[in-house]
Amino acid sequence: MSVSTEKDDSARVPLWNDPNVRGLVSQIVLIAFIVWFGYELFSNYASNIAKRNIATGFGFLSTTAGFSIAQTLIPYTEESSYGQAFLVGLLNTLLVSGIGIFFATILGVLLGIARLSKNWIIAKLATMYVETLRNIPLLLQIYFWYVAVLGVLPMPRNAASLLDSFYLHKRGLSMPKPIFDSAAVIVLLALIAAIVLVVFLSRWSRKRQEATGEQFPVFLSSLGILIALPVVAYFLSGSPIHLEYSVLKGFNFRGGMTLIPEFMALLLALVLYTASFIAEIVRAGIQAVSHGQTEAAGALGLRPGQILRQVVIPQALRVIIPPLTSQYLNLTKNSSLAAAIAYPDVMHTFAGIVLNQTGQAVEIILITMAVYLTISLLTSMFMNWYNAKIALVER
Amino acid sequence: MKKLMVTAALGAVMGLAAGAASAGTIEDVKAKGFVQCGVSQGLPGFSNPDDKGNWTGLDVDVCRAVAAAVFGDASKVKYTPLSAKERFTALQSGEIDMLSRNTTWTATRDTALGLNFAGVNYYDGQGFMVRKSLGVSSALELSGAAVCTNTGTTTELNVADYFRSHKMPYEIVAFEKSDEVVQAYNAGRCDVYTTDASGLYAQRLKLTKPDEHIVLPEIISKEPLGPVVRQGDDQWFNLVKWSLFAMVNAEEMGVTSANVDEMKKSTNPAIRRLLGVEGKFGENMGVSNDWAFNIVKQVGNYGEAFDRNVGPKTPLGIARGVNALWSKGGIQYAPPIR
Repeated sequence: MSVSTEKDDSARVPLWNDPNVRGLVSQIVLIAFIVWFGYELFSNYASNIAKRNIATGFGFLSTTAGFSIAQTLIPYTEESSYGQAFLVGLLNTLLVSGIGIFFATILGVLLGIARLSKNWIIAKLATMYVETLRNIPLLLQIYFWYVAVLGVLPMPRNAASLLDSFYLHKRGLSMPKPIFDSAAVIVLLALIAAIVLVVFLSRWSRKRQEATGEQFPVFLSSLGILIALPVVAYFLSGSPIHLEYSVLKGFNFRGGMTLIPEFMALLLALVLYTASFIAEIVRAGIQAVSHGQTEAAGALGLRPGQILRQVVIPQALRVIIPPLTSQYLNLTKNSSLAAAIAYPDVMHTFAGIVLNQTGQAVEIILITMAVYLTISLLTSMFMNWYNAKIALVER
Repeated sequence: MKKLMVTAALGAVMGLAAGAASAGTIEDVKAKGFVQCGVSQGLPGFSNPDDKGNWTGLDVDVCRAVAAAVFGDASKVKYTPLSAKERFTALQSGEIDMLSRNTTWTATRDTALGLNFAGVNYYDGQGFMVRKSLGVSSALELSGAAVCTNTGTTTELNVADYFRSHKMPYEIVAFEKSDEVVQAYNAGRCDVYTTDASGLYAQRLKLTKPDEHIVLPEIISKEPLGPVVRQGDDQWFNLVKWSLFAMVNAEEMGVTSANVDEMKKSTNPAIRRLLGVEGKFGENMGVSNDWAFNIVKQVGNYGEAFDRNVGPKTPLGIARGVNALWSKGGIQYAPPIR
């Protein structure tokens, strides 16, 4: 009996009307189409490249580069390979993005809070800043800092100097460079020990406060430990760190270290531009916390600073973090505008110089895209982790 | 909706396939009615738009010569201004038919990029320009200098070789566009501006006070500049190559744009072959037999092009030097038309 019922069912619903079968078939067709399309693109590329006798593959990465780069964080000479040139570019991108994110966040938070200030002048100034900076294209701002501000500084011979150790001129900002002797390891170890100690101290004080309600001046004591321990270690190990000063010799400053104007212009533009967006995000986040929370905290006797730090900001962060992540990603990706003012980032060095010297456009553009994708995904992963950590814990 | 997407995708793939399986460049050029020529973004004397927007220059004249050979009309050229960085990709991808953009002939470019150099229309070498106020008279005094140059050029590599072999420290500042390099040098970002010597003379005209700058005597490299085509189309390669040779041969034979009509009646067999009175040299290349006549008539011979664009009577004021004919102490030499 049951067999015949089944037959009847299938007769009633033909195969092409069965939603499961139709879903499966259309999925298979779509996947097959995508695979075929990708294959067509690749084989088309491969046959065209072969027909035009253009070299392919990633072997070029180990070939000698032969060109020089203005700013290198790792040892790099003209004898180094294209692969090392790529690393130099990558590190320069990470440097400007990392420092940029750090300062943009600080400035953005300050501005965001300033916009909500009860002081009329401070609030209006912050509003003016935000409305001006975020409405001028970033590329224009980069040119402004590079050409109109840093470009009109005096020549190295007439550099503006501060304390006879910092010199600001057309070719950058020259300053003393710390030189570490081998005994400097002791100072480093002392610093690490201080950090570990501070972490333990803050945990202990939090537990004690939760248990007994007594507060401990964690901030001041941590600051003391962080400064005192390395300083003591520095003198005990016989002053192993000294400074190498920049000296004007010939055309330019030698020795010490020099921040090139391309780096400063790019950093300034990225920080000031992104901070205006972050300010708006912070303002929105703070305003998203109901005013009742502030009033309730005030009724409990918390001081305004405490209300901001303990009540408002933790709740505001939940609103702030997701759009803030986008701003961090934007800043990193915008750093590729460096190519316009010759800051040697990965875009300028690798997708610019190396691409042109080797002519292997497809490989190099693929690597460069993968770099930005990886940086963005890692940033995003970290921010998502942080977001989950501060999310409302439901009990 | 899905059907639409499939159609669109199919169209895209077939478009790509069609791009790959194109006919010979010469047929494509004849079909579209003009030569698409890649030039610089503005280098006086070589490829530079004048105040009416017409491109002029020694490199531009090579483009015009090819158009004269194909169409009998040197004006049938469209120009694509390219940065040093973009130029090879534009040629490889078929965006332009030929590249005539003060491009140095090197082994890598000739062998690994899928390109063919069709000759040398200007023998150049790399030099340095500095401010007179620096008080420098030799490139060997440039230790520690900041050097401005173009990315993606042989210049960038030569300067690295030069400073390295003389163990002089230096700071490189490399921009993508020539104008950015000139501007940075003009603003004092660098002590030294380096590029091909011809380029130094040309770009000096763009500086605020050209008189305050000197070109140092050292020439640190060989820079044979010439037109470039894609590999894999020998017919087009031949045509570009022989358009240039025709200009050089014409100068050697004393055929100029002024006397070319009379020269057709010449009894000299070499001139008769050049101007298509005897032989079928044009047909072998897929163009008409008076191809070289049209080149000389409309563009002029090599010497005329040189004098008009970069010669002593122009603002650039460059002497013929090594670019004189082989018979006059230079190295410009073209194989015979025979």
